[in-house]
Amino acid sequence: MITLTINGGRHSVDAPPDMPLLWVLRDLLGMTGTKFGCGAALCGACTVNLDGIPRRSCVTPVSAAVGHAIATIEGIGATSVGKKVQQAWLDLEVVQCGYCQSGQIMAATALLAKNPSPTDSDIDQAMSGNICRCGTYTRIRAAIKHATRGKP
Amino acid sequence: MSPLSRREFLVVSAAAGGGLLLGWSWRTAGARETASVFAPNAFIRIGTDGRVTLIMGQVEMGQGTYTAMPQLLAEELEVGLDQVRLEDAPPDEQRYANPVFHFQATGGSTSVLGLYEPMRRAGATARTMLIAAAVERWQVDPATCHAKRGVVIHAPSRRRLGYGALAARAAELPIPDNVTLKRPEDFKLIGTSAKRLDSPAKVNGTAQYSIDVRLPGMKIATVAASPVLGGKVAAVDDAKARAVPGVRQIVRLEEVVAVVADHMWAAKQGLAALAIRWDDGPNATIGTEDVVRELAAAAETPGVVARKEGDATAALAGAAAKLEAVYEAPFLAHVAMEPINCTVHVRPESCEVWTGSQVLGRAQATAAQVTGLPLDKIVVHNHLLGGGFGRRLEHDYVTQAVRIAKHVEGPVKIIWTREEDVQHDVFRPYYYDRVAAGLDAAGRPTAWTQRLVGPSILARWAPPAFQNGLDGDALDGAVHLLYDIPAIQVEYVRHEEPVVNTGFWRGVGVTHNTFVIESFIDELAAAAKQDPFEYRRGLLGKAPRARAVLELAAQQAGWGATLPAGRGRGIALMYAGHWGSYVAQVAEVAVSPSGEVRVHRIVCAVDCGTVVNPDIVKAQIEGGVIFGIGGALWGEVTLKNGRVEQSNFHNVRVLRMNESPAIEVHLVRNFEAPGGMGEPGTAVTAPALANAVFAATGKRIRKLPLERQLRSA
Repeated sequence: MITLTINGGRHSVDAPPDMPLLWVLRDLLGMTGTKFGCGAALCGACTVNLDGIPRRSCVTPVSAAVGHAIATIEGIGATSVGKKVQQAWLDLEVVQCGYCQSGQIMAATALLAKNPSPTDSDIDQAMSGNICRCGTYTRIRAAIKHATRGKP
Repeated sequence: MSPLSRREFLVVSAAAGGGLLLGWSWRTAGARETASVFAPNAFIRIGTDGRVTLIMGQVEMGQGTYTAMPQLLAEELEVGLDQVRLEDAPPDEQRYANPVFHFQATGGSTSVLGLYEPMRRAGATARTMLIAAAVERWQVDPATCHAKRGVVIHAPSRRRLGYGALAARAAELPIPDNVTLKRPEDFKLIGTSAKRLDSPAKVNGTAQYSIDVRLPGMKIATVAASPVLGGKVAAVDDAKARAVPGVRQIVRLEEVVAVVADHMWAAKQGLAALAIRWDDGPNATIGTEDVVRELAAAAETPGVVARKEGDATAALAGAAAKLEAVYEAPFLAHVAMEPINCTVHVRPESCEVWTGSQVLGRAQATAAQVTGLPLDKIVVHNHLLGGGFGRRLEHDYVTQAVRIAKHVEGPVKIIWTREEDVQHDVFRPYYYDRVAAGLDAAGRPTAWTQRLVGPSILARWAPPAFQNGLDGDALDGAVHLLYDIPAIQVEYVRHEEPVVNTGFWRGVGVTHNTFVIESFIDELAAAAKQDPFEYRRGLLGKAPRARAVLELAAQQAGWGATLPAGRGRGIALMYAGHWGSYVAQVAEVAVSPSGEVRVHRIVCAVDCGTVVNPDIVKAQIEGGVIFGIGGALWGEVTLKNGRVEQSNFHNVRVLRMNESPAIEVHLVRNFEAPGGMGEPGTAVTAPALANAVFAATGKRIRKLPLERQLRSA
């Protein structure tokens, strides 16, 4: 049994140590907000934050997540930055199909938690690993800036 | 369930517990039939508790239909969007038929243009009947009553009755033959940027896509189909795969092997451990060059004439200058963010399917065909789609999933890896075009010909739409050329691709034709030594709406203003007959010495007639442009030895945040008929970029993707 700390709660799960965190979350724990997109750390749909750092859960063995604080889309609204980001996404109507947005919101939250006033170049650096096929990038950029000004 | 008689195009029935069920069905207008509250022939359901349910016959894949359709219904029903809940429609080819396709389909940017009036009529009829129920109760003049936010109000006496209290009686009333729709100037919801109803669930992880389905006892499977297109499984050694912990079963079909497991990780490991010997079949040596050679040969033969004005041959012969060119557009993959997936539970007497489909009725029909069960034993649950772009207008993956699930005890979720999703996509066709034009001494075009070579998607996908040898989708845009040229001939050479499965891809025919037309008109302007904006403008005397968007885009983009060295500005115009929308775009790019294109700024002007939700229209243009930029700069699927060479996002390059330009969208507002908006942003982008590249470098790129050609140019 492996014990994980996810969104502040402890979860015990019977998983092989090399099983990617993505499939542990989705298939064993039923937390389907984190998405499968490529399986190769190329698209960012599976982004979760480990100790506040964005990680591609599709290539992160579950054993590497043990002992770290795992944050997922299901819990990110409970943090003040995550809540602001979600609200900014709603205020600016970022989403279209929405499938990549869990990963986008996790990446944006990690960025803003470390850097409350990111420049365009900071945003490029933090967000370029997250693909959106609907093409919501201009709104994501605007929403990140909006979140820095947003109410808590 | 208490069936009630059906009259005209409306279905009304008393709900169990007495509610109102009402819907408009354009396919069965005038027919008499019965329906019960539980039957899905409805767009509006109102319970005696006052709850208003709107049933969504068009599926949501990001385009905003789960907001636009409710806006149309709620506007006339006189309820607020905060008072409704939405329900996915079940499969039903008649009752949820798309008015353009005549069966249940969401695609081709048709939802608003096809349902603008039917949805309003459904809402208005329900409202009229609820008011009639109140009038009867109060015995007052109907003209003294009105509805607002789900309540009927008799203003003189200040009496009020909620829809819930009126629903049971309204369900028994005769259905009015004609209802009065609101005047546009009275709209409260239509034309406003109402908040998207699907957004909240999509920012907190609770939105349910079909890949998120979880069922008791469900297994998870992943598949490998023959890497050579059209190949078959010759032999499978599954000993190592079976030894993977969590792997439960290997299912071998003629052309695909599935590994069924407790979770996706075990399934993926099992798949990697399989030793499959493939029978490659006849396609094992096919490459892209073979495809292009056949297309080029077909382009030497005359096609079916789709548009003819004047005598183009004579006009070309008599022209002061003649230009000829060949344009090519490659196979393209969709790579929607949600990989292809479908969950199926086959039981002896029934079959249940959970998927995300743009063609729900077809998903049901294929499950019936594969299982041999009657249609009414097939239950299909649709979900939010993690992107469609035309991919989910095909039901191949549902067919495959049901075939696999027939061999599996209990429910099984089949998920394609991204590699499988790319390599076994149904690709945008490779198109090959020969164009020619004649100019008079002043540089004005006297003749225009386009011979378009490609497959007919419609002949396969909607056979009745393929008529007289013409595919209206492949030709869309080409036959609607708006430029005032005295002699025009457009020909279509249908050339079915023998190896590669081809289908719709955001804009399909229009996307390809707009690239050809708008690049070539740019060539004519250059040959005439005229400004490309002024040249187009001078040819649009008979197309005022097109000229207006062209002028607006040019004005907003600062057309003619000096750019920094190394940058170029390109302009393009888009009009498609079946969308009825006009879009002009100005693109500003920089091209590096090594041929890398950086898109700095995109300005679009849009006239799509009546706008239901301006912010969603803008979002569709923004997203369509970004989809179009990646496609134009890098998009291509190539074949080598019968296999697709691309496999995942490392070699299927799409636009990313750091490459995304500033995008401005300017809407022209009027009350013309509403036009389609899901695809035009993509369609107009490739030629604007190609023309900007020409302005920046002097290189005319006639074959997509642009960067590959710039590197070899």
